[in-house]
Amino acid sequence: MDDKEKKQKEYVKDSEYWATNAEQGGWSLTSTDEGNQKMEKEETPEELEIQMGKEIIDDYIDSETLSSEDERMIINMGPQHPSTHGVLRLQVELEGEIVRRVKPVIGYLHTGMEKTGESLTYSQGCTNTTRMDYLAPLFNELVFSLTTEKLLNIEVPDRAKQIRILMTELNRVTSHLVALATGGMDIGAISMMIFGFRERELILNFFEKTTGLRMNHNYIRPGGVAADLPDGWEGDIQEILEEIPNKLKDYDQMLLDNPIWNGRLRNVGILTTQECFDLGITGPSLRASGFDWDLRKVQPYSGIEKFEFDIPVLNDSDAFSRWRIKVLEIQESLKIVQQAMETMPKGDYRIDDKKVTPPPRKRLDESMEALIHHFKLFTEGFKVQEGEAYVSVESPRGELGCYIVSDGSSKPYKMHIRGPSFCNLQALPIIMSDSPIADAVASIASLDPVMGDVDR
Amino acid sequence: MIEEEVVNILSKDLHTKVSELKIEGYEMLVDLTVVDWYRKRDDRFELVINLLSLSKKKRIRILSTILNENLECESLTDIYSGSNFYEREAFDMYGIIFLGHPDLTRILMPDDWIGHPLRKDFGLGNIPVQFKNAPKV
Repeated sequence: MDDKEKKQKEYVKDSEYWATNAEQGGWSLTSTDEGNQKMEKEETPEELEIQMGKEIIDDYIDSETLSSEDERMIINMGPQHPSTHGVLRLQVELEGEIVRRVKPVIGYLHTGMEKTGESLTYSQGCTNTTRMDYLAPLFNELVFSLTTEKLLNIEVPDRAKQIRILMTELNRVTSHLVALATGGMDIGAISMMIFGFRERELILNFFEKTTGLRMNHNYIRPGGVAADLPDGWEGDIQEILEEIPNKLKDYDQMLLDNPIWNGRLRNVGILTTQECFDLGITGPSLRASGFDWDLRKVQPYSGIEKFEFDIPVLNDSDAFSRWRIKVLEIQESLKIVQQAMETMPKGDYRIDDKKVTPPPRKRLDESMEALIHHFKLFTEGFKVQEGEAYVSVESPRGELGCYIVSDGSSKPYKMHIRGPSFCNLQALPIIMSDSPIADAVASIASLDPVMGDVDR
Repeated sequence: MIEEEVVNILSKDLHTKVSELKIEGYEMLVDLTVVDWYRKRDDRFELVINLLSLSKKKRIRILSTILNENLECESLTDIYSGSNFYEREAFDMYGIIFLGHPDLTRILMPDDWIGHPLRKDFGLGNIPVQFKNAPKV
């Protein structure tokens, strides 16, 4: 800091010399009137670095301009605010237009799902977890099923694995599309709102055809998936694969070089890699800060290591790169979907284990044993041996983990979901403070919190 | 693949051991939760902490039984600031008191809530309903 001030003072002295002592400066100043014109102040090396994008300013306002506490005002933003993506309440301390401190207040959507999970059997558990992150329900089912299967020590057939990958990657696309849509609307790109939901509808129609529901599917279950893919599913996927990349080009055409969009998002809400480490932030926000970390690559689940795809990493660590990385991830997810469609193996879509999978309907009429198994599975559920397991998958928002402790009964003794949104919300005070209030909404939208996942 | 390791640590050594682990390269605290072993073990509450090393691609899960009678244990917020919300959740749901936490208040339940809902002796909750013309029990 001292060096900077010295340099600036020296610079000021020099400029004064040329401006005031004009007669000493040289004959040209007196012979023409050029010297009387004031020159634009030259940028200091630090300012040049900022302009060239080498150095990032985290906070817009220096601490020197702090005023007394009397001039500050605390206002509540939410919980019924449309751009807080649900029932998030923020206590914002303002000084004029500048946000000084932020405190997120959560719990408005808390329904005690972890407590409920302790009184549901393992086969009922997916209906519970799927309602947590309601924009990425299949990931919640997947992580619960994977943890149960780890405790049971079973492995599902290849087709079930591939269906899981196909469905979750499509789910990642829908989730990111909602993030782009609502994020666009928050900043004023209203057409983005319509576009995002329009493309999402295409995939939701496929989900409805496959699982019966548009959200909260309960499709991925311990032991496989609930049903096989419907007839003619390749055609639907082909349509999705042709449609969405074209629409993504439209988005880029509309937003990528749009001066308003750039002005609203560039250098807003800086979240550096070190801050991500400290606060436990994973997912697109970590990758947008320049750190290459994706559980699909480093800790592959459900056979995702077979597919070829890239992990997009951006270095700007601002709201713009957090928006941009979602567009790039949609493209990579579609690559996985295409490979999964082309290489879909034949076989059973659930495990052939009588203790986990209910018998087919026609066997109930002819086999007493099948009837007993069916009755036991739907009244008591299957028993899981004692133990504990933590499994995590890469959800659209970051690391989604499930920790289950089993005491040998058919219900989990403890079921805990590590929701990425809950953890990511801790970054709000860092990215919002010392920035204008106008950037607050852009910062929240770029983190993409889902309150169902936060409050559980 | 990420290696996974489970260790047991005494709750009085927790703070020092975790700060050593951070120096060892575990940059991120991924998860912190509590298991209630009501009537199964003498000391009910067990802290479960998940640490992740992104540079070495390792995970470690720390299990630490809380031996203190007042259910007190040292806060990890000075090591990992991300444990702030998780410790508030553990306080809210199980009543574990984290000494040195900057703002240990309820996070998910209302501020005037009595009890800690995820404890095993906390009931699921129901509202008694009296049906019309039903014999009184």
